[in-house]
Amino acid sequence: MTGREAVAIAMSLFKDEPVVYATGFIARNAQAARRRPEDFYMIGSMGIASSIAQGIALAKPRRKVIALDGDGAVLMNLGALPTAGALNIKNFIHIVIDNGSYESTGGQPSFSRSVALERVARSSGYRHAGCVSTPAALKKTLRRLLKSSGPSFLLVKVTNDKLPPEPRVIDEPEVITERFSRSIR
Amino acid sequence: MRWSSEQRENAKRFSAALKRAGFDFFTGVPCSLLGALIEDLDGKKAYFPAVREDAAIGMAAGAWLAGRRPAVLMQNSGLGYSLNVLTSLNLIYRIPVLCVISYRGLGPDAPEHLVMGKSCEALLETIGVESTVPEAADMERSLAWAESRLKNKMPAVIFIKKGIFGT
Repeated sequence: MTGREAVAIAMSLFKDEPVVYATGFIARNAQAARRRPEDFYMIGSMGIASSIAQGIALAKPRRKVIALDGDGAVLMNLGALPTAGALNIKNFIHIVIDNGSYESTGGQPSFSRSVALERVARSSGYRHAGCVSTPAALKKTLRRLLKSSGPSFLLVKVTNDKLPPEPRVIDEPEVITERFSRSIR
Repeated sequence: MRWSSEQRENAKRFSAALKRAGFDFFTGVPCSLLGALIEDLDGKKAYFPAVREDAAIGMAAGAWLAGRRPAVLMQNSGLGYSLNVLTSLNLIYRIPVLCVISYRGLGPDAPEHLVMGKSCEALLETIGVESTVPEAADMERSLAWAESRLKNKMPAVIFIKKGIFGT
């Protein structure tokens, strides 16, 4: 399963949940796969997608809120893991698309190749923390997490494809803010 | 009992002013200069601790997107970590945030605070974020000042001098 496929599969299971997409190829792949007003595409501020999703989740405790993160981004803001656990953000689902590299900057390797991030998540206090690497397992596990009380962490092991990258995020940032914020308030 | 009764009184007044102004979501990283204020907000179950200042601003941005009125508490040392988020999240996405930042290094202080103490106001000015440094008696007026920036979907920074909410 490639990162592009994993993002599209995850998005096919979303209904009206607010989702924050990490800077880089994850936001770009998301924009190309499907577009909903509840999608917040990050550009810049690498690592902070999870913190934004946590803020939404704390403000809207009755809605499931998702961060679609990358391994490089999680490693940059690793403090978001104990934050989810210690604040016990039950409606927060943290999905990490893990290609073991900084793909959008040229594929330099990341430390997720030697660190089991799902184990970091488990010891950080996530109620569910698992790892999948096939489309079937991703669908099955994510369906379950979308119905379960969290905080939940799902590491999705993917490969890089050779296709040209999806276009950059096309909307102006403030347009994204306006649309997203109106749709989730 | 680390804070004086005057500092607790200042915190209580400012916290009430924040509430009147509609602020309902607080996060941040502690500083002793903000001690009495954090204690007051925490007592009202309105404060969500963060691990680092940029993550705190991220959480506040999420809360604002979801319709809340957030404020972030931090020491000015955390401004360094926050610069990327302020410039590549708040300013370009037009997500307002009130930052209540303790002013270490204003006058004699520990060596680690001196460089940031000398440059924090200029740093903010450079990135186009306005700030104010009120005296204890002007805290409520500083909120009205911040309001006009936030309404314009800009961040606003209130620097807190040593002694007002803690030392």
